[in-house]
Amino acid sequence: MGASQSTESNLTASIQRHLSKIVVAPSFAASLFFVYGFILWTGYMAFSKSRMLPVWDWAGLRQYERLWQMERWHVAIENLLIFGGLFIVTSLIIGCLLAVLLDQRIRAEGALRTIFLYPMALSFIVTGTVWKWLLNPGLGLESMMHDLGWTSFKFDWLVNSDMAIYTVVIAAVWQASGFVMAMFLAALRGVDQDIIRAAYMDGASLPRIYFGIIIPSIRPVFLSAIVVLAHLAVKSFDLVIALTGGGPGYSSDLPATFMYTMAFQRNQLGVGAASAMMMLATVMAIIVPYLYSELRGGKKNG
Amino acid sequence: MADIQTYSHDAGWKHTVLRGLLYLILILFAAYYLFPLIVMISTSLKSLDEIREGSLISLPRVVTFDAWNYAWNEACVGVECTGIKIYFWNSVKMAIPAVLISTFLGAINGYALTKWRFKGANIVFALLLFGCFIPFQVVLLPMSQVLGKLGLASSTAGLVMVHVVYGLCFTTLFFRNYYVSIPDELVKAATIDGAGFFTIFWRIILPISTPIIVVSVIWQFTQIWNDFLFGASFASGANAPMTVALNNIVNTTTGVKQYNVDMAAALLTGLPTLLVYVLAGKYFVRGLTAGSVKG
Repeated sequence: MGASQSTESNLTASIQRHLSKIVVAPSFAASLFFVYGFILWTGYMAFSKSRMLPVWDWAGLRQYERLWQMERWHVAIENLLIFGGLFIVTSLIIGCLLAVLLDQRIRAEGALRTIFLYPMALSFIVTGTVWKWLLNPGLGLESMMHDLGWTSFKFDWLVNSDMAIYTVVIAAVWQASGFVMAMFLAALRGVDQDIIRAAYMDGASLPRIYFGIIIPSIRPVFLSAIVVLAHLAVKSFDLVIALTGGGPGYSSDLPATFMYTMAFQRNQLGVGAASAMMMLATVMAIIVPYLYSELRGGKKNG
Repeated sequence: MADIQTYSHDAGWKHTVLRGLLYLILILFAAYYLFPLIVMISTSLKSLDEIREGSLISLPRVVTFDAWNYAWNEACVGVECTGIKIYFWNSVKMAIPAVLISTFLGAINGYALTKWRFKGANIVFALLLFGCFIPFQVVLLPMSQVLGKLGLASSTAGLVMVHVVYGLCFTTLFFRNYYVSIPDELVKAATIDGAGFFTIFWRIILPISTPIIVVSVIWQFTQIWNDFLFGASFASGANAPMTVALNNIVNTTTGVKQYNVDMAAALLTGLPTLLVYVLAGKYFVRGLTAGSVKG
């Protein structure tokens, strides 16, 4: 009797001791399976002969070879470079500019901030729908300019296979630049006022204070913003689907839409898996060094 | 903050001109950001004839809610012409449980990982965190097979599961960073008084977690409501969420293009998250920065 009671209390005590682990275990198991397991699964599929149905026959690098031989994949990669580069640079410039302007004791700052940032609350599908309408050559901006009397105005990028990817940049910058502004504004507010005052006393002009002191001192925010924007660019899918559908033809395809088409419409599971692994590698190359430095920095600070 | 007023060597008219220019640029940018929203609203209130005759920026001569009514009750998504209301409710049915479950799991994980540290807790956290950053394309194919095997393919329950699993890393990140800043003494004192793991969680930790719960709920709601990739990949037909239905309406190629209906449907899709943003913008921004950068 006494013995069984003590084993019972031992058990309770041991459950109590391990409760923390027990509570985290389901989430941990889920992430092991749904994140790491799935990555291995997709990774293996990329080495298999899978086409319409997943099969487990080993095919070596065959799927990767096919992927890199596809004209469409090269278009997607090239588009990612164009889109990613322009999207990151333009969003940074607009976001930084707006943050500096808003930092000048602006009367309606709260309202302006709300206006600049609201696109971020919308789904990319909604954003794509609106811009598709605005950029529609027959009825949108082009016809508006014609109505205003500028009859030679031509803006058919949406249906022009050489230019379609740039319309994605326009919509994406509209959506994300306010977010960059919010990041920069928070950083500007954290700059040490004494240094600015000292520089002012030494006779430095406002532009010099910004370019010489403030902007260099918020360099870490630039890095964070670039990482976030690059990450967004690689994952961009919804916006392209809603705005151009990857078209005309496949001229505005990005790796994310390429993968989806191969996996769900073209019955090329192996090629789709290989392209997904390429995307993963790209994101890892951006994120892992960044996270590593962030987490180390975090430890240093306490 | 460094501003012209405090740090300017220019006095008088030059200062006034600079100020004026500053406001002009800001107003132009505000117009740029608002333009699509205004066009969207005004187009949704026009009749189709007026859209063809009028210009993009002209306000509706006759305000009509026909397009809204049509989008909600009659619009065709694929072959079904039941309006987007059923898809709106699909999104509601998907978002509410997914938000609640992932937030609760995030809270309890964050609590366990910071206040009851065990050996390897940091590694567990780092492994969980990684899930925030993977491009979801890499999990699409296995997930569709697993959902099929579980009998959850093209169902709302399946989407709830997917959103809980991949939202977990974000919510754990939020709560973990929040609880790290709460003094451990609070928990220690309660332990000495004989309170256990869950008593402390319910009685002490949860009551002081309101701000981070709000951030987590808003972040998860926006992410899940706005998601398109998972919805399009795993839920088709009558179980599709709102974003997928909107895309189907807009990209339907048959029949006369009803731009006013497209715009009304787009507004209906955007309304819940816009509302959240207007009502709780501060928390929304905090979620954005915490979700993308380390808190």
